[in-house]
Amino acid sequence: MARMTMIEAVRSAMDVSMGRDDSVVVYGEDVGYFGGVFRCTQGLQQKYGKARCFDSPINESGIIGTAIGMAVHGMRPCVEIQFADYMFPGYDQLTQEAARIRYRSNGDFTVPMTVRMPTGGGIFGGQTHSQSPEALFAHVCGLKTVIPSNPYDAKGLLIASIEDDDPVIFLEPKRLYNGPFDGHHDRPITPWKNHELGEVPEEYYRIPLGKAAVRREGNDVTILTYGTMVHVALAAAEETGIDAEIIDLRTILPLDFDAIEESVRKTGRCVIVNEATKTCGFAAELMSIVAETCFYHLEAPIRRVTGWDTPYPHSQEWEYFPGPKRVGAALLDVMEAA
Amino acid sequence: MADASKTASRTAGKTAGKSVRKTTSKATSKPASSKSNLQATGEELLKYYRDMLLIRRFEERAGQLYGMGHIGGFCHLYIGQEAVVVGVEAVKKDGDQTITGYRDHGHMLACGMDPKGVMAELTGREGGYSKGKGGSMHMFSKEKEFYGGHGIVGAQVPLGAGLAFANRYRENGNVSLTYFGDGASNQGQIFEAMNMAELWSLPVVFIIENNQYAMGTSVKRSHSETHLYRRGASFGIPGMEVDGMDVVAVREAAREAIDHARTGGGPYVLEMKTYRYRGHSMSDPAKYRTREEVEGFREHNDPIKRCEARIIEGGHADAAALKELDKDIKDIVKGAADFALESPEPSAEELYTDVLA
Repeated sequence: MARMTMIEAVRSAMDVSMGRDDSVVVYGEDVGYFGGVFRCTQGLQQKYGKARCFDSPINESGIIGTAIGMAVHGMRPCVEIQFADYMFPGYDQLTQEAARIRYRSNGDFTVPMTVRMPTGGGIFGGQTHSQSPEALFAHVCGLKTVIPSNPYDAKGLLIASIEDDDPVIFLEPKRLYNGPFDGHHDRPITPWKNHELGEVPEEYYRIPLGKAAVRREGNDVTILTYGTMVHVALAAAEETGIDAEIIDLRTILPLDFDAIEESVRKTGRCVIVNEATKTCGFAAELMSIVAETCFYHLEAPIRRVTGWDTPYPHSQEWEYFPGPKRVGAALLDVMEAA
Repeated sequence: MADASKTASRTAGKTAGKSVRKTTSKATSKPASSKSNLQATGEELLKYYRDMLLIRRFEERAGQLYGMGHIGGFCHLYIGQEAVVVGVEAVKKDGDQTITGYRDHGHMLACGMDPKGVMAELTGREGGYSKGKGGSMHMFSKEKEFYGGHGIVGAQVPLGAGLAFANRYRENGNVSLTYFGDGASNQGQIFEAMNMAELWSLPVVFIIENNQYAMGTSVKRSHSETHLYRRGASFGIPGMEVDGMDVVAVREAAREAIDHARTGGGPYVLEMKTYRYRGHSMSDPAKYRTREEVEGFREHNDPIKRCEARIIEGGHADAAALKELDKDIKDIVKGAADFALESPEPSAEELYTDVLA
């Protein structure tokens, strides 16, 4: 075991995967020589050479398009889009090519490609460096979408993603890279080395896609969430004293329906938290699922806590960001409902 | 030779107007005469003739089936452009990949895919290459190294570069043959793919099928530079303009471009000057061009007629033998059409297979 930040865990996953399988290549903007804008690929070019870890031009469509071509030809590219906000030029390739080739080739060809992207806000990045576009991927049939909340999961999920035969969007909450940020922006950040989920094996291991984790067991209300908001939810539960059960979905597609149903049927209440904008965010899908499958077990209306329906603001970021205060208010609200 | 042509195109940007157009006989923008010095054996010519005629008859039949309501939705016919894919396929080696856009029936037939499976995909039946779920624009064949069939204009081009990357990475000596049209040549991702291909010296041939109309928009109305073989010039990629209505000219140009890519020279751009006789799709009456223009190509520059003239002039076969060949092809196409109408539709459960593993 070693103590790792999420950056180091992600890097270790790529390192282990490249060491095991020479069909794995890693590239993207500033990924090779520079080691990535968040340093996730630092040292990989020195270790595996320029043929396997290299810089691409600034062209997201080209990065994703070439990766699809490699993947249908038997390689396992793991590419980095520098910020999730930059994926839009490549969205055509993701949705119309990567997501569809298995279907339209009758299973002849698959796209074992992983696209890593730092996601989410909390870094004063404004509207083009803070977005959480996960719902845009989940909405497209044929893509898997993974969002880890800690270094241990990040490594095991990234290895599983690289080994998966389908295209995987791997969203790395950038506010969690260096510690379990819980939304208390005015407090010093706890480093991962002081957190149990910062303990990461140096060797190979996988965490299966589609399995949620219970981060806190509880009986009063279920919180469905993922990524940075897992830690916000934990803080909200502690601060309100409400006995919440916190489900970290880890992958939003495939989704762990069983874990959701089991917990909501037990608690009878449900709060959903995502950082993205409200309208048509993934929280909306989760609300539908809970309503469809657990309606007769509910003792209160389902609530969601999300970003506002505005572009991600530069100023007033902590108003937009659904912090522990807003999550706590929603918890109190569902507990007070009859 | 390859290096020289590369140098020529590399300087093209600086000497604008001074011709990047390769000044060999096959690079003329005028149709090459069947008496040109481009040589092919009788056996080769007969094969090209047969392959082109199969595409022509298949497409005619597809058009009929569409008119009768057996094919729905989209159906882009390749009639008129047959020499392009048949000429390129003639110099392709085992393992080389073919990838193209939505006007893809001819490419599949030229790759050796079964006409029955292609036609049944057009009719949306279980016997189709994609079990009817893909349709005209969305078919693949692992066996024939055919990587689609892509309905988004130009989106296949970065994939073609990616296929080439895998070839280079695996050092398998194969080349990616990446086709797109004059309309697609304006898409931004083509330039991304070209830059990466030259930067990483990828074995890919970018084959621009310039049939002169992006649906209803002529090249003149949409391209600031109408010589499309210059599309790669700013990236240092050599280009050549080719008479795409002459199957032998296409073959010789493809041979040079593919050799260049296969031997480590990096990408190459071929502009195939060609023409489609039908509208862009079945709903297009093609009123943006004159009847005379279309008839001019049909009567005087048809790739199949030109190949036929070579065959007759060379004494490789007589008219009766060619007629017999046509009859055999019509039988194959009829068999494909019958199959495509008899094959059942896929079950509704089938729709959920192959979404994800």
